[in-house]
Amino acid sequence: MILIAVISLGAIGIVGALLLYGASKKFEVHEDPRIGQVQEALPGANCGGCGYAGCAGFAGACVKAESLDGMLCPVGGAPVMAKIASILGKEATAAEPKVAVVRCNGTCQARPRTNTYDGVKSCTIASSLYGGETGCTFGCLGYGDCVKACNFDAIHINPETGIAEVDEEKCTACGACVKACPKGIIELRKKGPKSRRIYVCCVNKDKGAVARKACSNACIGCGKCAKECPFGAITVENNVAYIDYTKCRMCRKCVAVCPTGAIHELNFPPRKEQPAESKAPLAESKAQTETKLPTHQPEAAQETTSPIEVKEEIKK
Amino acid sequence: MLRTFRIGGIHPPENKLSAGKKITAIAAPKQVIIPLSQHIGAPAQALVKKGDVVKVGTLLAKAGGFVSANIHSSVSGKVNKIDNALDTSGYRRPAIYIDVEGDEWEESIDRSETLVKECNLSSKEIIDKIAEAGIVGMGGATFPTQVKLMPPPGNKAEILIINAVECEPYLTADHELMMEKGEQILVGVTLLMKAANVNKAVIGIENNKPDAIAHMTKLASSYPGVEVMPLKVKYPQGGEKQLIDAVTARQVKSGALPISVGAIVQNVGTVYAVYEAVQKNKPLFERVVTVTGKAVKNPSNFLVRIGTPISTLIEAAGGIPENTGKIIGGGPMMGKALISAEVPVGKGSSGVLLMTKEESVRKPMHDCIRCAKCVSVCPMGLNPAFLMRSTVYQNWEMAEADHIQDCIECGSCSFTCPANRPLLDQIRVGKAKVMGIIRSRKSK
Repeated sequence: MILIAVISLGAIGIVGALLLYGASKKFEVHEDPRIGQVQEALPGANCGGCGYAGCAGFAGACVKAESLDGMLCPVGGAPVMAKIASILGKEATAAEPKVAVVRCNGTCQARPRTNTYDGVKSCTIASSLYGGETGCTFGCLGYGDCVKACNFDAIHINPETGIAEVDEEKCTACGACVKACPKGIIELRKKGPKSRRIYVCCVNKDKGAVARKACSNACIGCGKCAKECPFGAITVENNVAYIDYTKCRMCRKCVAVCPTGAIHELNFPPRKEQPAESKAPLAESKAQTETKLPTHQPEAAQETTSPIEVKEEIKK
Repeated sequence: MLRTFRIGGIHPPENKLSAGKKITAIAAPKQVIIPLSQHIGAPAQALVKKGDVVKVGTLLAKAGGFVSANIHSSVSGKVNKIDNALDTSGYRRPAIYIDVEGDEWEESIDRSETLVKECNLSSKEIIDKIAEAGIVGMGGATFPTQVKLMPPPGNKAEILIINAVECEPYLTADHELMMEKGEQILVGVTLLMKAANVNKAVIGIENNKPDAIAHMTKLASSYPGVEVMPLKVKYPQGGEKQLIDAVTARQVKSGALPISVGAIVQNVGTVYAVYEAVQKNKPLFERVVTVTGKAVKNPSNFLVRIGTPISTLIEAAGGIPENTGKIIGGGPMMGKALISAEVPVGKGSSGVLLMTKEESVRKPMHDCIRCAKCVSVCPMGLNPAFLMRSTVYQNWEMAEADHIQDCIECGSCSFTCPANRPLLDQIRVGKAKVMGIIRSRKSK
């Protein structure tokens, strides 16, 4: 009796094994082994900064793609891309490293408060209700939706200024904060040589007089920078200037002419010689601060650059 | 037994301080600011330019699309500029500034007080006149009225419901309008019945306005097909779907329009505007606004020109009390705190509420204790606690599956929450997001 049971069960087992073997051969899903290797090389942050659904998605796309042009893992950067290139036997293209930039400098001193918000501390909710606690309806609200969105602890609200600040060392340019900001202030910009960057630190689309009244650091759309720029990198649209970083050659001429100090230069060495113009004190003070947040401009500097003249231009 | 809607609802303190105060007209201020988007839909397109001389009732801007409304001048004078101005949205949006000179009206407007009952216009002509006059839903939703009267093909209106519920605490503008302009409103009802091609109209009034019920019932007896229905007091009975449920015991399906159950709902203020537009050729440029609050000296009902700064109204009601914490545009439940007292009155501004500091302070939020009070009060039968959670975790699929897009933003959940959780604030964000997702899916 036992023998029959052993034989019959054994037979069933063999038949089943054969069926499974046949099925596994017939319906085999061929996966490129390189996908696994590439995934190993990736940091595994699953941040989505590359534009694909997680690291596995990016690995698959890298293997499929004909060249690695335009593919960049913002977290791993160039070293990881080089590793991937060697695995796949493709050429690694030098992708521009980027960094998140907060385009608002409406500090507590610069933007006088006009009201107080006591609702939920969330930028999305506050901006769905109204423009903000100051006269500027475009600027940073400071409730930290970007901080919550960041996986790398790279963005924080500075308690002194009330504005988000990016930690360049930690920022991987994954773009999570850009999506989280309801005001669209944060932008990914080219990191630049030695992290040197020039950008307009304001997104206020109001007319010059209104913007100026709301915030002393606002871009008033006067267009001086656009006229000054030798490379045509600056455009003024909707009363706000924008520097195209693909065209900008870092000459810093625009920084010197900006009457409100809205154009920021980061990580530049102090200027050697002073141009013998009335704008010198402004340029000087800007160059010296060279920090993430140039402080409030001295009154004298503002006077010399005559905002009145600018205002009249706008009126016309 | 009085009727009411069947699901949820709350009973906030009524505080109808300005009840029984006669409607007083406020003279036009020195300058009015008339926003170009005072309605749901596309902003109107300005027809005037700087320096143009306008009269009261001159067309300033024409509708910018199918769902949009004309905008008329509320004063006579000169166009100062067309520029961005802070409005009730809290943002700067395009508006027309007019410097007031005198008070000269367009000749076509019939300024006499006589009641005009006869109307020989066809349904189409009435709707055209309503569109021409720029009338929008004046209960606060500001949906263009002519669009509501043109049902999509395949639907037929059976009943016209007039929303005279005014369930929002404090506000008395509609109540006072019924007491003073009852006859005109009833003529307006007959006009709308003709326009929508229905032979039955019900005016729904909450039982906390017995004088208005008695007055309207008496007047309505001489208008065939018009009935006044007293309703049990419960917030948010003035919500369109809630009122339909209360009056007809029919429920509008998720995502469907009221016309799907054969109903058209119009606010009583809108009805009065329709009367004036059709019988008196008067476009919508003024409305009744309640100015109220516990610390306000003279809570009042004012007849205000559109574009008048809210500060002028507050001045007329005795000035800003010392301990004012917030100025709310609208009522306490659905209104919104205003960023400045200089924002202009729009077509949808039904009230200005001045809250004292003590009243306006938000209480600290605690953790959800799963008491389900919000679930039991939600008039749409939703689960606000879950919807808030889905929004916070950005789980839009779940939010949509839980019908976040059906939320009418009445605030009953936030009102009732014992843990002071900002349910509505979060749900509103989630709703906007999910609506966006649905729209983009449809357009694909």
